[in-house]
Amino acid sequence: MLGNIYKNRPDFRFIENLIEPGERILDLGCGNGELMEILRKKGVRCQGIERDENCVISCVEKGLYVHHGDIDRGLTHHLDKSFDYVILNQTIQQTLNPGKIIRETLRIGKKVIIAFPNFGHWKIRYTILRDGQTPVTPLMPYHWYDTPNLHFLSNLDFKSFCEYENIRITGTAFFRKDKQIKIIPNLICDLSLYIIQD
Amino acid sequence: MLNTDSIGIVETKTIELPGLSLENGEVVNPMEIAYETYGQLNESKSNAILVCHALSGDAHAAGFHPGDKRPGWWDYYIGPGKALDTNRYFVISTNVVGGCMGSSGPLSINPKTNEAYKSTFPFVSIVDMIRAQNLLIEHFGIKQLFAVCGGSMGGMQALQWAVTYPDKVKNCIVMASTSEHSAQQIAFNEVGRQAIMADPNWNNGEYSIHNKPNKGLSIARMVGHVTYLSDQVMREKFGRKPPRGNIKNTDFAVGSYLIYQGESFVDRFDANSYIYVTKALDHFSLGTGKELSQSLSKVKSRFLILAYSSDWLYPPYQSREIVNALEVNAVPVAYCELETEEGHDSFLLPSNDQTKVLQGFLNHSEIN
Repeated sequence: MLGNIYKNRPDFRFIENLIEPGERILDLGCGNGELMEILRKKGVRCQGIERDENCVISCVEKGLYVHHGDIDRGLTHHLDKSFDYVILNQTIQQTLNPGKIIRETLRIGKKVIIAFPNFGHWKIRYTILRDGQTPVTPLMPYHWYDTPNLHFLSNLDFKSFCEYENIRITGTAFFRKDKQIKIIPNLICDLSLYIIQD
Repeated sequence: MLNTDSIGIVETKTIELPGLSLENGEVVNPMEIAYETYGQLNESKSNAILVCHALSGDAHAAGFHPGDKRPGWWDYYIGPGKALDTNRYFVISTNVVGGCMGSSGPLSINPKTNEAYKSTFPFVSIVDMIRAQNLLIEHFGIKQLFAVCGGSMGGMQALQWAVTYPDKVKNCIVMASTSEHSAQQIAFNEVGRQAIMADPNWNNGEYSIHNKPNKGLSIARMVGHVTYLSDQVMREKFGRKPPRGNIKNTDFAVGSYLIYQGESFVDRFDANSYIYVTKALDHFSLGTGKELSQSLSKVKSRFLILAYSSDWLYPPYQSREIVNALEVNAVPVAYCELETEEGHDSFLLPSNDQTKVLQGFLNHSEIN
């Protein structure tokens, strides 16, 4: 079961290796809680937020601590630096106000992990050029009219945001399908992961 | 899936315990507690779940009394294989102090006068209710409850348990509840109390059993009942039919329904108890915001907080306040706002989702 998750989710493996037992994390948009389940097995103290009811029920069935809610409605009650990591794993592109949320996660987390589908991938660029249509990809398998994704960003977009906001990027990882890659990530990775700090 | 196996025939027992010291300094002596239990207490006495009832509830939470057509108020969730699985857990349900369903309250005999307390029964609080429950728990020799669980007023008791006796609560389940009443919630209760006090039979609470303030109490229940349902349920159930236009009688189906609910309530509830218990509800406060997180800073339980989308009496924002205050204290808490149509009463009704959540939460805590 876990093997399958790892196979499709190299980002999960990366995050699992990163976070130490006993550390406290907040997973924003935690879905069915697969990542939290992996981290809990390692002894990480996990709390999640998820807006989909069925996902929340599934998290509680797994014995995970999840808060049914919408991160756009605020994380203000969390104290400054109360988590070792705040995780936004393929969540940020679905929020109404990503800039505000990222600043808020930097307030409540010592470090923040942000992973998002890279819109700079060559296939996406090529599809737009060839078809003149919004591309549908395995990581963004929606049409313009039914997608939960409100924002589309590339590695370069994220980097310039961090420069503009004076946010330090202290780690990166780039993935293509189930592998981690090092070269020309903005062109060939489909999933990008950044570790940031204020 | 929802399991419909019933625990079968059960009996409400009453136990007389040494005096209960109340928050306001008075003592109820002797203290009688009406209770029911389901399942078996294990050898280490570590598998007990205390179920706390809502305003008009009682100790009869599951199974049937001989001759009953309807089971106890939470029978959907208590029984073999159900969310509170009586094959695993020893479930205890008590009637609250100040109530009128077997525990000490205004109808009890005051040993000093040999007459019913009526309005001389001391003021009781939610803290007093759980202190009384604690007497029973100690009587059973239980050092720590595996879980305390309740909806509405029962949810307040569960919260208070975790605050007053942090070492005695392993898991805490709070459904459709709040850390304190809003002005609106107090307002509805005040209308109910005023209806009782306006009844010519009320007599400052010193009414006789043959001449009770039934009309006032039934109106109080009518107001309460409106708040337990949702707009959608009432629209589906009654709509606007049938308007007859008679100024002396009720015109609408919803009116007849509420009158029926009110009138049948007086057969099983005492007007003074209604005043005592609603006052306990209104006075209950663990605070909001920083004050609430301060109140909850000492808890040691895992928490499951449940709210219901259509509950306008205890709206989900009040549950979120509890969740936020627990999160500030880094207390492990799961919060789910279940999508329902039935309003405040949702927590009492059968739901596969609610069963899954309760089961999932409890199953991930080990019985020592």
